[in-house]
Amino acid sequence: MSVRIPVVFLAAAVSLAAACSGSETSSDRGQPTIVLLTHDSFDVSRDVVRSFERESGIDLQIVPAGDAGQLVNRAILTAGNPEGDVLFGVDDNLFPKAVEEGVFAPYESPDLSRVDDAYELDPTHAVTPVDHGDVCLNVDLDWFDGRELDPPTDLTDLTDGRYRGLTVVENPATSTPGLAFLLATIARFGDDGWQAYWRDLRANDALVVDGWEQAYFGEFSGAGGGEGERPIVVSYATSPVAEVLLAEEPLDRAPTAAITESCYRQVEFAGVLAGTEEPEGAREVIDFLLSRSFQEDVPLRMFVFPVVSDAELPEAFARWAEEPESPLALPPVRVSAEREAWVQTWTDLMLG
Amino acid sequence: MDRPDARLSRTTVGRLALAAVPAVFLGLFFVYPLVSIVGSVIGDVSPGTVLGDARLRGVIWFTTWQAVVSTALTLAAGLPAAYLLARFRFPGRSTLRVATLVAFVLPTVVVGAAFAGPRPSLAALFAAHVFFNLAVVVRVVGGFWAQLDPAFEDVAAEMGATGMRRFTDVLLPLARPSIVGAATLVFLFTFTSFGVALLLAGPARATIEVEIFRQTSQLLNLPVAAALTLVQLAIVSGLLWATSLTESRTRVHQPVVASSEAARRPRTRGERAFVAVAGPLLAVAVLAPPMRLVWRSVRTSTGLTLGRYLDLGSVREGSALPISPLDAVATSLRVASGAAMVSIVVGVFAAWVVARSRRGSWLRALSAVPLGVSAVTIGFGYVVAFDAGVLDLRGNVWLLVAAQAVVAVPFVVRLVEPVLSATGMELREQAAALGASPWQTARDVLLPVASRAILGAAAFAFAVALGEFGATAFVARLDSPTMPVAIARLLSQPGAASMGQATAMSVVLMAVTAAITIAIDRFRVGAFGRI
Repeated sequence: MSVRIPVVFLAAAVSLAAACSGSETSSDRGQPTIVLLTHDSFDVSRDVVRSFERESGIDLQIVPAGDAGQLVNRAILTAGNPEGDVLFGVDDNLFPKAVEEGVFAPYESPDLSRVDDAYELDPTHAVTPVDHGDVCLNVDLDWFDGRELDPPTDLTDLTDGRYRGLTVVENPATSTPGLAFLLATIARFGDDGWQAYWRDLRANDALVVDGWEQAYFGEFSGAGGGEGERPIVVSYATSPVAEVLLAEEPLDRAPTAAITESCYRQVEFAGVLAGTEEPEGAREVIDFLLSRSFQEDVPLRMFVFPVVSDAELPEAFARWAEEPESPLALPPVRVSAEREAWVQTWTDLMLG
Repeated sequence: MDRPDARLSRTTVGRLALAAVPAVFLGLFFVYPLVSIVGSVIGDVSPGTVLGDARLRGVIWFTTWQAVVSTALTLAAGLPAAYLLARFRFPGRSTLRVATLVAFVLPTVVVGAAFAGPRPSLAALFAAHVFFNLAVVVRVVGGFWAQLDPAFEDVAAEMGATGMRRFTDVLLPLARPSIVGAATLVFLFTFTSFGVALLLAGPARATIEVEIFRQTSQLLNLPVAAALTLVQLAIVSGLLWATSLTESRTRVHQPVVASSEAARRPRTRGERAFVAVAGPLLAVAVLAPPMRLVWRSVRTSTGLTLGRYLDLGSVREGSALPISPLDAVATSLRVASGAAMVSIVVGVFAAWVVARSRRGSWLRALSAVPLGVSAVTIGFGYVVAFDAGVLDLRGNVWLLVAAQAVVAVPFVVRLVEPVLSATGMELREQAAALGASPWQTARDVLLPVASRAILGAAAFAFAVALGEFGATAFVARLDSPTMPVAIARLLSQPGAASMGQATAMSVVLMAVTAAITIAIDRFRVGAFGRI
């Protein structure tokens, strides 16, 4: 009977080997293969990719490589000998370091003329803006409907006694939206004012948790499928759309809303990786990311806003999401230089 | 060939060949990436700079003491549980055995809610650490007890020892090497705790692993992360070295039985009382969080549904998961079975070498080092190490298999080696006296005896690989994510459907783990005759 072990293992080995050989896509048809390195949250419709591949003759391989921070670190570690040809998913807080480390080969896409100047944050064109998904306070509308209290409309409301114990925010040391919200308060109240704001927020019993999942699903009362009790949370401008589109029962209105006055700009960029053997194809992929078909596809795929002016928003976005017109923002280079000190001050203030 | 020196040299060559397998594997897939990453990024930052920073010193101190407390609590809960499951037969025993291992693979984010209660706290952190690591004690120590000849206890009973005395005076001392082994693994797991620590320790406290994540993902500060990894490595090595010293002094050899069932019905009143109390307690502890998860997976705002399970085969429009959840199940099974196979081969060879070596306790300690090193750092190490020439393995799925196997090997060594070294001595001598070569001895005598332990180790290795998250999200390019990665993606997006599908997938992950565990448990019964 002991022969059964080798048989079981052999069967597993064969299936694994078969699986591995199957997953290796080859491009025997003479098409250049362009590898697009991206973070785990990247998504795009297959049709959009296929029609790009047909028109360009490029075989586009999309490779997720960890969260945004890990993705950029990998690119820094392999600068000059990259794991792919194009990188998508470096945000405005992270790109200055990557650019400084020589990760990208500059490329000024002709399609940048269709991009709003507000998003062109890198004058060297090492990175190209592709989408923006702003970080905003979200409120649970049902919670406020049932009470004699209006939802907050501004950051200062959160330190008001009427909103005591209602807010949950993420730790900027461990969470990207948490960092964006800290930057929002610095942009809003200035170098000398933000510390006092956070002191008041702490006195008003705001809750700090480490990650977005925990804040949103664990503590926020408005999350579908969540279990929380606090009606105000730091999330994204598009979270209300996701609540409607990804509800289990059809909804006729968004159960939550983003407070646009509180939004902080977060832009995602792409760049040609320095050292690529296919610079031509890589540039074509950058142009593709700015094409109307891609730009109109991303909102429903990644719940972000397009950056080109001629992209039409899907109907759900037009109905449920408000695109912040002039979100709070700080210069990326300044954030890159001072982030660590700000986070340290925040940690002493809020967790000390 | 009958000359003594010829036989000696053949034995030595054989031993070196055996040792080469684990040495080359761990050298290539653990030491080399670690050296590569630390060497390439550390620059001006040294472990000294890290130790000079008061906040980072606080992180190191918190990491260490919470791991010590977590390990003590896990042993306190796990030893009675291991005793219960290894020595007594009672209704529901096999369910509990499976449930403890299932707990081990559950995604922390999903289970965390069960412990988080209203707020993160140290109590929640410890409870979660005990819950997740109970399986280590139950499998490692219980696995040893399950093979211990019942005659030991019977003789003690005849001499008038009560159940409690038999436990403290006979079973505990005999199992000391296993207990030290289990404690070491639990310490390493809680020392490098990431998901649980991030979720439950609260934002004011960070473990070294959380700090490494913060330094890399949020601050892009790889040099400090590398220095922290070295500090982590130093503490872990120091601890392992210390345990290896105590272990070599306390080690005892005792005969074990190959596959007889050491468990029996409780006989005395004391034993019945123990089973009646400990059984339900353990059941509540290990079954409550999974049951809660099952409940949440069928509950919606308007009632109960099986819809999330019926949808598992399809791709949901707009979902963060661009594949059907069943594809993730298939990917997980493929990769985890590969990792289990590799770790069994490497681990059994390593266990064999450890069992036969005079420096066995030191080698055993060495084999656990991979568990004590930051998975994130090793992940970056893979990126740097395997990027050129013949070692350009970037994107190769076998790299992921290797990474998961590195994590599973220490378990295999600890589960297999005590049985090999306990049985080995006499049988080996007898076999040699009868003229068997070392290979024949291994194949015909020792492997059959250790087969139970090897199969148990395979189940554990499989579970470790199935639940692995850190390296998996990172090392290989897969055309489809594994289950834990898919669950994490679903949870990164708002919407009731995301949460619903994530809980349903977690239940599937539990079910798959349970099925594999049950299959292996069933399989080994009767697969090998009594020696």
